[in-house]
Amino acid sequence: MIEVRGLTKRYGPTTAVDGLTFEVAPGTVTGFLGPNGSGKSTTMRMIIGLDRPDAGQARIGGRGYRELGWPLRRVGSLLDARSFQPGRSGRAHLAALAASNRLPARRVDEVLDIVGLTQAAGRRAGKYSLGMAQRLGIATALLGDPEVLILDEPVNGLDPEGIRWLRSLLRSLAAEGRTVFISSHLIAEMALTATDLIVIGQGRLLAQTTVAELSAQSTSLEEAFLALTSGVTDYESHAREHGHHYLGSAS
Amino acid sequence: MTAATAVAETRTRSLRGHYGFADLARMEWIKLRSVRSTSWGLAIFTVSLIGSALLFNGLTSAAWGHMPAADRASWDPTNLSFTGLIIGQLVTAVLGVLFITSEYSSGLIRSTFAAAPRRPLVLAAKTAVFGGLALLVGEVLAFASFFAGELIMRSDVPHASLATPTVLRAVLMAGAYAALTGLFGLGLGALIRRTAGGLAAAAGVIFVLPFLTLPLPDSIRNDVTKFLPEPIAASSISAVRPEAHALSPWLGFALLCLYAAVLLAAGTFALARRDV
Repeated sequence: MIEVRGLTKRYGPTTAVDGLTFEVAPGTVTGFLGPNGSGKSTTMRMIIGLDRPDAGQARIGGRGYRELGWPLRRVGSLLDARSFQPGRSGRAHLAALAASNRLPARRVDEVLDIVGLTQAAGRRAGKYSLGMAQRLGIATALLGDPEVLILDEPVNGLDPEGIRWLRSLLRSLAAEGRTVFISSHLIAEMALTATDLIVIGQGRLLAQTTVAELSAQSTSLEEAFLALTSGVTDYESHAREHGHHYLGSAS
Repeated sequence: MTAATAVAETRTRSLRGHYGFADLARMEWIKLRSVRSTSWGLAIFTVSLIGSALLFNGLTSAAWGHMPAADRASWDPTNLSFTGLIIGQLVTAVLGVLFITSEYSSGLIRSTFAAAPRRPLVLAAKTAVFGGLALLVGEVLAFASFFAGELIMRSDVPHASLATPTVLRAVLMAGAYAALTGLFGLGLGALIRRTAGGLAAAAGVIFVLPFLTLPLPDSIRNDVTKFLPEPIAASSISAVRPEAHALSPWLGFALLCLYAAVLLAAGTFALARRDV
Protein backbone atom coordinates (compact mmCIF):
# COMPACT_ATOMS: atom_id res chain seq x y z
CA MET A 1 0.00 0.00 0.00
CA ILE A 2 1.37 3.38 -1.05
CA GLU A 3 -0.24 6.55 0.29
CA VAL A 4 0.60 9.97 -1.11
CA ARG A 5 -0.82 13.03 0.67
CA GLY A 6 -0.49 16.58 -0.64
CA LEU A 7 2.89 15.85 -2.18
CA THR A 8 4.48 18.98 -3.63
CA LYS A 9 7.84 19.65 -5.27
CA ARG A 10 9.03 22.99 -6.61
CA TYR A 11 12.09 23.72 -8.70
CA GLY A 12 12.52 27.47 -8.53
CA PRO A 13 9.40 29.05 -10.02
CA THR A 14 8.15 25.76 -11.52
CA THR A 15 5.92 23.45 -9.50
CA ALA A 16 6.71 19.94 -10.76
CA VAL A 17 4.35 18.15 -8.39
CA ASP A 18 1.44 20.10 -7.01
CA GLY A 19 -0.46 18.82 -3.96
CA LEU A 20 -0.74 15.28 -5.27
CA THR A 21 -2.90 12.89 -3.25
CA PHE A 22 -3.61 9.26 -4.17
CA GLU A 23 -3.40 5.68 -2.95
CA VAL A 24 -2.01 2.60 -4.62
CA ALA A 25 -3.70 -0.58 -3.43
CA PRO A 26 -2.09 -4.02 -3.12
CA GLY A 27 -3.18 -6.90 -5.33
CA THR A 28 -3.39 -5.05 -8.63
CA VAL A 29 -1.10 -3.42 -11.12
CA THR A 30 -1.61 0.34 -10.90
CA GLY A 31 -0.53 2.46 -13.83
CA PHE A 32 0.82 5.95 -13.30
CA LEU A 33 -0.01 7.81 -16.43
CA GLY A 34 0.70 11.30 -17.66
CA PRO A 35 2.33 13.18 -20.52
CA ASN A 36 6.10 13.65 -20.54
CA GLY A 37 7.16 16.11 -17.87
CA SER A 38 3.97 15.74 -15.85
CA GLY A 39 5.85 14.87 -12.65
CA LYS A 40 5.68 11.04 -12.62
CA SER A 41 9.39 10.48 -12.02
CA THR A 42 9.62 13.27 -9.46
CA THR A 43 6.69 11.74 -7.56
CA MET A 44 8.32 8.30 -7.59
CA ARG A 45 11.66 9.75 -6.42
CA MET A 46 9.88 11.41 -3.50
CA ILE A 47 8.07 8.16 -2.59
CA ILE A 48 11.38 6.34 -2.23
CA GLY A 49 13.05 9.19 -0.39
CA LEU A 50 15.54 10.29 -3.05
CA ASP A 51 14.01 13.76 -3.35
CA ARG A 52 12.65 15.71 -0.42
CA PRO A 53 9.10 17.07 -0.92
CA ASP A 54 8.47 20.75 -0.28
CA ALA A 55 5.13 19.78 1.24
CA GLY A 56 3.10 16.66 1.90
CA GLN A 57 4.28 13.12 2.45
CA ALA A 58 4.45 9.66 0.97
CA ARG A 59 4.02 6.52 3.08
CA ILE A 60 4.56 2.86 2.36
CA GLY A 61 2.63 0.51 4.63
CA GLY A 62 2.12 3.48 6.95
CA ARG A 63 5.79 4.47 7.19
CA GLY A 64 8.00 6.96 5.43
CA TYR A 65 10.60 5.36 3.16
CA ARG A 66 13.51 6.62 5.22
CA GLU A 67 12.08 4.91 8.32
CA LEU A 68 12.06 1.44 6.73
CA GLY A 69 14.28 -1.07 8.51
CA TRP A 70 15.10 -3.12 5.40
CA PRO A 71 14.11 -0.91 2.46
CA LEU A 72 14.85 -3.48 -0.26
CA ARG A 73 12.75 -6.15 1.48
CA ARG A 74 9.77 -3.77 1.54
CA VAL A 75 10.08 -1.83 -1.70
CA GLY A 76 11.71 -2.68 -4.99
CA SER A 77 12.29 0.27 -7.28
CA LEU A 78 13.49 1.00 -10.78
CA LEU A 79 13.89 4.68 -11.50
CA ASP A 80 16.28 4.73 -14.41
CA ALA A 81 17.52 1.91 -16.60
CA ARG A 82 21.11 2.90 -15.94
CA SER A 83 21.35 2.88 -12.17
CA PHE A 84 24.55 0.83 -12.09
CA GLN A 85 28.23 1.46 -12.79
CA PRO A 86 29.35 0.34 -16.27
CA GLY A 87 32.64 -1.16 -15.06
CA ARG A 88 31.05 -3.60 -12.64
CA SER A 89 29.47 -6.95 -13.60
CA GLY A 90 25.73 -7.40 -13.25
CA ARG A 91 26.32 -10.04 -10.58
CA ALA A 92 28.66 -7.83 -8.50
CA HIS A 93 26.17 -4.95 -8.77
CA LEU A 94 23.40 -7.14 -7.36
CA ALA A 95 25.69 -8.70 -4.75
CA ALA A 96 26.64 -5.27 -3.39
CA LEU A 97 23.01 -4.18 -3.05
CA ALA A 98 22.02 -7.56 -1.58
CA ALA A 99 24.69 -7.15 1.10
CA SER A 100 23.28 -3.76 2.14
CA ASN A 101 19.99 -5.35 3.22
CA ARG A 102 21.56 -8.62 4.43
CA LEU A 103 19.94 -10.67 1.68
CA PRO A 104 21.36 -14.15 1.04
CA ALA A 105 23.83 -14.52 -1.85
CA ARG A 106 21.59 -17.12 -3.52
CA ARG A 107 18.95 -14.43 -4.00
CA VAL A 108 21.30 -12.79 -6.53
CA ASP A 109 21.28 -15.97 -8.64
CA GLU A 110 17.51 -16.26 -8.25
CA VAL A 111 16.78 -12.77 -9.60
CA LEU A 112 19.35 -13.19 -12.39
CA ASP A 113 17.43 -16.30 -13.38
CA ILE A 114 14.03 -14.55 -13.16
CA VAL A 115 15.12 -11.77 -15.55
CA GLY A 116 17.12 -14.10 -17.80
CA LEU A 117 20.55 -12.57 -17.23
CA THR A 118 22.33 -15.63 -15.82
CA GLN A 119 24.54 -15.99 -18.91
CA ALA A 120 25.50 -12.31 -18.96
CA ALA A 121 25.90 -11.91 -15.18
CA GLY A 122 29.70 -11.98 -15.23
CA ARG A 123 30.06 -9.40 -17.97
CA ARG A 124 30.59 -5.70 -17.31
CA ALA A 125 27.15 -4.11 -17.15
CA GLY A 126 28.31 -1.21 -19.35
CA LYS A 127 28.37 -3.67 -22.27
CA TYR A 128 24.69 -4.57 -21.81
CA SER A 129 22.11 -3.55 -24.41
CA LEU A 130 19.33 -1.22 -23.28
CA GLY A 131 17.02 -4.20 -22.87
CA MET A 132 19.55 -6.07 -20.74
CA ALA A 133 20.18 -2.95 -18.67
CA GLN A 134 16.44 -2.74 -18.08
CA ARG A 135 16.38 -6.39 -17.01
CA LEU A 136 19.23 -5.71 -14.57
CA GLY A 137 17.19 -2.83 -13.18
CA ILE A 138 14.18 -5.14 -12.75
CA ALA A 139 16.43 -7.73 -11.07
CA THR A 140 17.56 -5.01 -8.66
CA ALA A 141 13.94 -4.19 -7.87
CA LEU A 142 13.09 -7.86 -7.22
CA LEU A 143 16.19 -8.50 -5.07
CA GLY A 144 14.53 -8.16 -1.67
CA ASP A 145 11.35 -10.05 -2.71
CA PRO A 146 9.47 -6.85 -1.80
CA GLU A 147 5.75 -6.44 -1.26
CA VAL A 148 5.78 -3.08 -3.07
CA LEU A 149 7.23 -2.46 -6.53
CA ILE A 150 7.72 1.04 -7.96
CA LEU A 151 8.91 1.01 -11.55
CA ASP A 152 9.43 4.10 -13.71
CA GLU A 153 8.87 3.32 -17.41
CA PRO A 154 9.84 -0.34 -17.01
CA VAL A 155 9.13 -1.34 -20.61
CA ASN A 156 11.61 1.17 -22.01
CA GLY A 157 14.15 -0.59 -24.18
CA LEU A 158 12.54 -4.01 -23.94
CA ASP A 159 11.80 -5.89 -27.15
CA PRO A 160 8.22 -7.16 -27.78
CA GLU A 161 9.02 -10.53 -26.20
CA GLY A 162 10.54 -8.75 -23.18
CA ILE A 163 7.50 -6.51 -22.84
CA ARG A 164 5.21 -9.52 -22.80
CA TRP A 165 7.42 -11.25 -20.26
CA LEU A 166 7.42 -8.19 -17.98
CA ARG A 167 3.66 -7.80 -18.30
CA SER A 168 2.98 -11.33 -17.10
CA LEU A 169 5.63 -11.00 -14.38
CA LEU A 170 4.03 -7.83 -13.01
CA ARG A 171 0.55 -9.37 -13.13
CA SER A 172 1.65 -12.47 -11.27
CA LEU A 173 3.42 -10.35 -8.64
CA ALA A 174 0.19 -8.39 -8.17
CA ALA A 175 -1.81 -11.64 -8.00
CA GLU A 176 0.40 -12.67 -5.07
CA GLY A 177 -0.97 -9.63 -3.22
CA ARG A 178 1.85 -7.22 -3.89
CA THR A 179 1.48 -3.54 -4.68
CA VAL A 180 2.72 -2.88 -8.21
CA PHE A 181 3.01 0.75 -9.31
CA ILE A 182 4.36 1.44 -12.80
CA SER A 183 4.61 4.64 -14.76
CA SER A 184 4.30 5.11 -18.47
CA HIS A 185 3.43 7.75 -21.00
CA LEU A 186 2.21 5.01 -23.36
CA ILE A 187 -1.49 4.52 -22.85
CA ALA A 188 -1.76 1.47 -25.09
CA GLU A 189 0.90 -0.42 -23.14
CA MET A 190 -0.65 0.59 -19.85
CA ALA A 191 -4.07 -0.72 -20.95
CA LEU A 192 -2.55 -4.18 -21.38
CA THR A 193 -0.65 -4.26 -18.09
CA ALA A 194 -2.52 -2.22 -15.51
CA THR A 195 -5.98 -2.53 -13.98
CA ASP A 196 -6.06 0.65 -11.89
CA LEU A 197 -4.92 4.03 -13.16
CA ILE A 198 -3.65 7.24 -11.65
CA VAL A 199 -3.54 9.98 -14.26
CA ILE A 200 -1.62 13.21 -13.66
CA GLY A 201 -0.83 16.31 -15.69
CA GLN A 202 1.39 19.24 -14.75
CA GLY A 203 1.93 17.67 -11.36
CA ARG A 204 -1.77 17.55 -10.48
CA LEU A 205 -4.06 14.57 -10.12
CA LEU A 206 -6.43 14.34 -13.10
CA ALA A 207 -8.08 11.03 -12.24
CA GLN A 208 -7.82 8.03 -9.97
CA THR A 209 -9.71 5.47 -12.00
CA THR A 210 -9.47 2.08 -13.69
CA VAL A 211 -8.65 1.14 -17.26
CA ALA A 212 -12.23 -0.11 -17.71
CA GLU A 213 -13.78 3.10 -16.35
CA LEU A 214 -11.60 5.38 -18.40
CA SER A 215 -12.15 3.55 -21.68
CA ALA A 216 -15.92 3.68 -21.11
CA GLN A 217 -15.74 7.49 -21.13
CA SER A 218 -14.90 7.76 -24.81
CA THR A 219 -14.68 5.88 -28.08
CA SER A 220 -11.31 4.46 -27.06
CA LEU A 221 -8.97 4.52 -24.09
CA GLU A 222 -6.57 6.69 -26.05
CA GLU A 223 -9.28 9.23 -26.82
CA ALA A 224 -10.34 9.30 -23.17
CA PHE A 225 -6.74 9.80 -22.04
CA LEU A 226 -6.11 12.58 -24.56
CA ALA A 227 -9.34 14.31 -23.55
CA LEU A 228 -8.29 14.08 -19.90
CA THR A 229 -4.82 15.50 -20.47
CA SER A 230 -5.62 17.96 -23.28
CA GLY A 231 -5.38 21.04 -21.08
CA VAL A 232 -2.10 20.13 -19.46
CA THR A 233 0.27 19.04 -22.20
CA ASP A 234 3.14 21.43 -21.81
CA TYR A 235 4.74 21.30 -25.22
CA GLU A 236 1.42 21.82 -26.96
CA SER A 237 0.66 25.06 -25.12
CA HIS A 238 4.30 26.03 -25.66
CA ALA A 239 3.91 25.55 -29.42
CA ARG A 240 0.67 27.55 -29.42
CA GLU A 241 2.28 30.44 -27.56
CA HIS A 242 5.33 30.58 -29.78
CA GLY A 243 3.75 29.53 -33.06
CA HIS A 244 3.11 33.04 -34.34
CA HIS A 245 6.77 33.99 -33.86
CA TYR A 246 7.88 31.26 -36.24
CA LEU A 247 5.25 32.35 -38.76
CA GLY A 248 6.22 35.96 -38.28
CA SER A 249 9.88 35.41 -39.01
CA ALA A 250 9.07 33.28 -42.06
CA SER A 251 6.91 35.94 -43.73
CA MET B 1 -0.57 -23.43 9.80
CA THR B 2 -1.50 -22.95 6.16
CA ALA B 3 1.05 -22.23 3.47
CA ALA B 4 -0.14 -18.63 3.20
CA THR B 5 0.23 -17.89 6.91
CA ALA B 6 3.63 -19.64 6.88
CA VAL B 7 4.74 -17.28 4.11
CA ALA B 8 3.34 -14.32 6.03
CA GLU B 9 5.15 -15.51 9.16
CA THR B 10 8.49 -15.77 7.32
CA ARG B 11 7.96 -12.34 5.84
CA THR B 12 7.20 -10.74 9.22
CA ARG B 13 10.32 -12.31 10.69
CA SER B 14 12.48 -11.14 7.77
CA LEU B 15 11.24 -7.58 8.30
CA ARG B 16 12.32 -7.31 11.94
CA GLY B 17 15.35 -5.21 12.80
CA HIS B 18 17.11 -2.91 10.38
CA TYR B 19 20.21 -2.58 8.23
CA GLY B 20 23.27 -1.20 9.89
CA PHE B 21 26.81 -0.06 9.44
CA ALA B 22 28.24 -3.58 8.98
CA ASP B 23 25.79 -4.34 6.12
CA LEU B 24 26.68 -1.11 4.35
CA ALA B 25 30.40 -1.72 4.88
CA ARG B 26 29.97 -5.10 3.17
CA MET B 27 28.16 -3.41 0.26
CA GLU B 28 30.90 -0.81 -0.12
CA TRP B 29 33.63 -3.44 0.06
CA ILE B 30 31.99 -5.39 -2.80
CA LYS B 31 31.71 -2.15 -4.80
CA LEU B 32 35.33 -1.24 -4.17
CA ARG B 33 36.78 -4.57 -5.23
CA SER B 34 34.56 -5.07 -8.28
CA VAL B 35 35.82 -2.13 -10.35
CA ARG B 36 39.11 -2.01 -12.21
CA SER B 37 40.05 1.50 -11.10
CA THR B 38 40.81 0.14 -7.61
CA SER B 39 43.41 -2.38 -8.74
CA TRP B 40 44.86 0.03 -11.29
CA GLY B 41 45.19 2.75 -8.69
CA LEU B 42 46.83 0.44 -6.18
CA ALA B 43 49.26 -0.81 -8.84
CA ILE B 44 50.32 2.76 -9.68
CA PHE B 45 50.59 3.53 -5.97
CA THR B 46 52.87 0.51 -5.45
CA VAL B 47 55.12 1.18 -8.42
CA SER B 48 55.50 4.88 -7.66
CA LEU B 49 56.36 4.36 -3.99
CA ILE B 50 58.78 1.46 -4.25
CA GLY B 51 60.17 2.58 -7.62
CA SER B 52 61.05 6.05 -6.42
CA ALA B 53 62.57 4.72 -3.18
CA LEU B 54 64.89 2.52 -5.24
CA LEU B 55 65.64 5.31 -7.69
CA PHE B 56 66.22 8.26 -5.36
CA ASN B 57 67.90 6.46 -2.45
CA GLY B 58 70.10 4.66 -4.98
CA LEU B 59 71.08 7.82 -6.86
CA THR B 60 71.63 9.93 -3.77
CA SER B 61 73.69 7.35 -1.95
CA ALA B 62 75.83 6.91 -5.07
CA ALA B 63 76.60 10.64 -4.93
CA TRP B 64 77.39 10.53 -1.20
CA GLY B 65 81.19 10.73 -1.89
CA HIS B 66 81.00 14.26 -3.32
CA MET B 67 78.06 15.58 -1.31
CA PRO B 68 78.67 18.95 0.46
CA ALA B 69 78.85 18.85 4.26
CA ALA B 70 75.55 20.75 4.55
CA ASP B 71 73.75 18.09 2.53
CA ARG B 72 75.35 15.34 4.59
CA ALA B 73 74.24 17.09 7.78
CA SER B 74 70.61 17.14 6.64
CA TRP B 75 70.75 13.57 5.22
CA ASP B 76 67.40 11.88 5.87
CA PRO B 77 67.23 8.58 3.96
CA THR B 78 63.83 7.73 5.53
CA ASN B 79 62.18 10.84 4.15
CA LEU B 80 63.90 10.30 0.81
CA SER B 81 62.40 6.82 0.44
CA PHE B 82 58.90 8.38 0.54
CA THR B 83 59.44 10.61 -2.53
CA GLY B 84 56.85 8.45 -4.33
CA LEU B 85 54.16 9.82 -2.02
CA ILE B 86 54.03 12.83 -4.35
CA ILE B 87 52.28 10.51 -6.80
CA GLY B 88 50.78 8.19 -4.19
CA GLN B 89 48.87 10.98 -2.44
CA LEU B 90 47.26 11.92 -5.74
CA VAL B 91 46.37 8.31 -6.60
CA THR B 92 44.50 7.77 -3.33
CA ALA B 93 42.84 11.18 -3.65
CA VAL B 94 41.63 10.28 -7.15
CA LEU B 95 40.33 6.90 -5.94
CA GLY B 96 38.58 8.63 -3.05
CA VAL B 97 36.88 11.13 -5.36
CA LEU B 98 35.84 8.40 -7.82
CA PHE B 99 34.50 6.14 -5.08
CA ILE B 100 31.57 8.50 -4.70
CA THR B 101 31.39 10.64 -7.87
CA SER B 102 31.27 7.56 -10.14
CA GLU B 103 28.04 6.63 -8.33
CA TYR B 104 26.57 9.98 -9.26
CA SER B 105 27.76 9.93 -12.88
CA SER B 106 26.44 6.40 -13.47
CA GLY B 107 23.19 6.69 -11.52
CA LEU B 108 24.21 3.95 -9.05
CA ILE B 109 23.72 6.45 -6.23
CA ARG B 110 19.94 6.12 -6.70
CA SER B 111 20.15 2.36 -6.14
CA THR B 112 22.48 2.89 -3.18
CA PHE B 113 20.25 5.42 -1.44
CA ALA B 114 17.12 3.40 -2.23
CA ALA B 115 18.77 0.42 -0.50
CA ALA B 116 20.06 2.54 2.38
CA PRO B 117 18.25 5.85 2.86
CA ARG B 118 20.36 6.81 5.89
CA ARG B 119 22.91 8.65 3.77
CA PRO B 120 25.33 9.67 6.54
CA LEU B 121 25.65 5.97 7.38
CA VAL B 122 26.44 5.22 3.72
CA LEU B 123 29.24 7.78 3.70
CA ALA B 124 30.50 6.46 7.04
CA ALA B 125 30.67 2.96 5.54
CA LYS B 126 32.47 4.29 2.46
CA THR B 127 34.91 6.15 4.70
CA ALA B 128 35.65 3.08 6.81
CA VAL B 129 36.05 0.69 3.89
CA PHE B 130 38.03 3.00 1.62
CA GLY B 131 40.03 4.60 4.44
CA GLY B 132 40.77 1.17 5.89
CA LEU B 133 42.02 -0.22 2.59
CA ALA B 134 44.06 2.91 1.82
CA LEU B 135 45.58 2.84 5.31
CA LEU B 136 46.48 -0.85 5.06
CA VAL B 137 48.01 -0.50 1.59
CA GLY B 138 49.69 2.78 2.57
CA GLU B 139 51.36 1.23 5.63
CA VAL B 140 52.47 -1.88 3.76
CA LEU B 141 53.94 0.27 0.99
CA ALA B 142 55.56 2.70 3.45
CA PHE B 143 57.44 -0.16 5.12
CA ALA B 144 58.23 -1.73 1.75
CA SER B 145 59.60 1.58 0.38
CA PHE B 146 61.59 2.16 3.55
CA PHE B 147 63.27 -1.24 3.27
CA ALA B 148 63.73 -0.90 -0.49
CA GLY B 149 65.41 2.47 0.07
CA GLU B 150 67.67 1.09 2.82
CA LEU B 151 68.66 -1.97 0.79
CA ILE B 152 69.61 -0.06 -2.35
CA MET B 153 71.92 2.35 -0.51
CA ARG B 154 75.68 1.78 -0.49
CA SER B 155 76.96 0.41 2.79
CA ASP B 156 79.24 3.38 3.53
CA VAL B 157 76.28 5.76 3.58
CA PRO B 158 74.54 6.34 6.96
CA HIS B 159 71.44 4.15 7.10
CA ALA B 160 68.24 4.58 9.10
CA SER B 161 66.82 1.94 11.42
CA LEU B 162 63.29 1.20 12.56
CA ALA B 163 64.74 0.81 16.05
CA THR B 164 64.99 4.62 16.14
CA PRO B 165 61.59 5.85 17.37
CA THR B 166 61.55 8.90 15.08
CA VAL B 167 62.21 6.67 12.05
CA LEU B 168 59.39 4.31 12.97
CA ARG B 169 57.11 7.31 13.52
CA ALA B 170 58.02 8.74 10.08
CA VAL B 171 57.31 5.41 8.34
CA LEU B 172 53.95 4.96 10.08
CA MET B 173 52.86 8.54 9.35
CA ALA B 174 53.97 8.33 5.71
CA GLY B 175 51.68 5.30 5.29
CA ALA B 176 48.78 7.07 6.97
CA TYR B 177 49.27 10.22 4.89
CA ALA B 178 48.14 8.63 1.62
CA ALA B 179 45.02 7.29 3.38
CA LEU B 180 44.27 10.82 4.63
CA THR B 181 44.55 12.37 1.15
CA GLY B 182 42.24 9.56 -0.01
CA LEU B 183 39.70 10.73 2.58
CA PHE B 184 40.14 14.35 1.42
CA GLY B 185 39.14 13.04 -2.02
CA LEU B 186 36.13 11.16 -0.65
CA GLY B 187 34.90 14.20 1.30
CA LEU B 188 35.40 16.53 -1.67
CA GLY B 189 33.68 14.01 -3.97
CA ALA B 190 30.64 13.85 -1.67
CA LEU B 191 30.54 17.63 -1.54
CA ILE B 192 31.02 18.30 -5.26
CA ARG B 193 29.47 15.09 -6.75
CA ARG B 194 31.01 15.65 -10.20
CA THR B 195 34.12 13.69 -11.08
CA ALA B 196 35.88 16.54 -12.89
CA GLY B 197 35.13 19.04 -10.14
CA GLY B 198 36.11 16.61 -7.40
CA LEU B 199 39.42 15.76 -9.04
CA ALA B 200 40.21 19.43 -9.64
CA ALA B 201 39.45 20.27 -6.02
CA ALA B 202 41.56 17.38 -4.68
CA ALA B 203 44.50 18.29 -6.91
CA GLY B 204 44.03 21.92 -5.91
CA VAL B 205 44.17 21.18 -2.18
CA ILE B 206 47.22 18.97 -2.53
CA PHE B 207 49.29 20.56 -5.31
CA VAL B 208 48.06 24.04 -6.09
CA LEU B 209 47.69 25.57 -2.61
CA PRO B 210 51.47 25.43 -1.88
CA PHE B 211 52.17 27.23 -5.19
CA LEU B 212 49.65 29.95 -4.40
CA THR B 213 51.79 31.00 -1.45
CA LEU B 214 54.91 31.49 -3.60
CA PRO B 215 54.48 35.24 -4.23
CA LEU B 216 54.24 35.93 -0.48
CA PRO B 217 57.32 37.24 1.36
CA ASP B 218 59.17 34.37 3.08
CA SER B 219 58.33 35.61 6.58
CA ILE B 220 54.60 35.30 5.87
CA ARG B 221 54.85 32.37 3.48
CA ASN B 222 56.47 30.07 6.03
CA ASP B 223 53.66 30.74 8.46
CA VAL B 224 51.03 29.93 5.86
CA THR B 225 52.68 26.99 4.08
CA LYS B 226 53.24 24.95 7.21
CA PHE B 227 49.48 24.48 7.55
CA LEU B 228 49.06 23.01 4.04
CA PRO B 229 48.78 19.22 3.60
CA GLU B 230 51.60 18.57 1.16
CA PRO B 231 54.23 20.59 3.09
CA ILE B 232 53.11 18.91 6.32
CA ALA B 233 53.75 15.54 4.73
CA ALA B 234 57.05 16.47 3.10
CA SER B 235 58.63 18.54 5.88
CA SER B 236 57.38 16.96 9.07
CA ILE B 237 55.32 13.80 9.32
CA SER B 238 57.40 11.71 6.91
CA ALA B 239 60.70 13.39 7.93
CA VAL B 240 62.92 12.06 10.70
CA ARG B 241 64.34 15.54 11.22
CA PRO B 242 61.52 18.04 10.58
CA GLU B 243 62.54 21.08 8.55
CA ALA B 244 62.64 24.61 9.89
CA HIS B 245 59.27 26.41 9.79
CA ALA B 246 57.45 23.06 9.80
CA LEU B 247 54.92 21.98 12.39
CA SER B 248 55.92 19.22 14.77
CA PRO B 249 55.06 15.79 13.28
CA TRP B 250 52.28 15.07 15.74
CA LEU B 251 50.70 18.50 15.39
CA GLY B 252 50.94 18.22 11.60
CA PHE B 253 49.37 14.77 11.66
CA ALA B 254 46.55 15.91 13.94
CA LEU B 255 45.89 18.82 11.60
CA LEU B 256 45.63 16.51 8.56
CA CYS B 257 43.16 14.29 10.45
CA LEU B 258 41.16 17.42 11.27
CA TYR B 259 41.12 18.50 7.60
CA ALA B 260 39.86 15.05 6.54
CA ALA B 261 37.19 15.13 9.26
CA VAL B 262 36.02 18.60 8.20
CA LEU B 263 35.79 17.65 4.51
CA LEU B 264 33.90 14.43 5.32
CA ALA B 265 31.54 16.28 7.66
CA ALA B 266 30.84 18.83 4.90
CA GLY B 267 30.29 15.96 2.44
CA THR B 268 27.89 14.23 4.85
CA PHE B 269 25.93 17.43 5.33
CA ALA B 270 25.65 17.92 1.55
CA LEU B 271 24.61 14.29 0.90
CA ALA B 272 21.92 14.38 3.55
CA ARG B 273 20.39 17.63 2.34
CA ARG B 274 20.47 17.35 -1.43
CA ASP B 275 18.08 15.52 -3.72
CA VAL B 276 19.57 12.68 -5.77
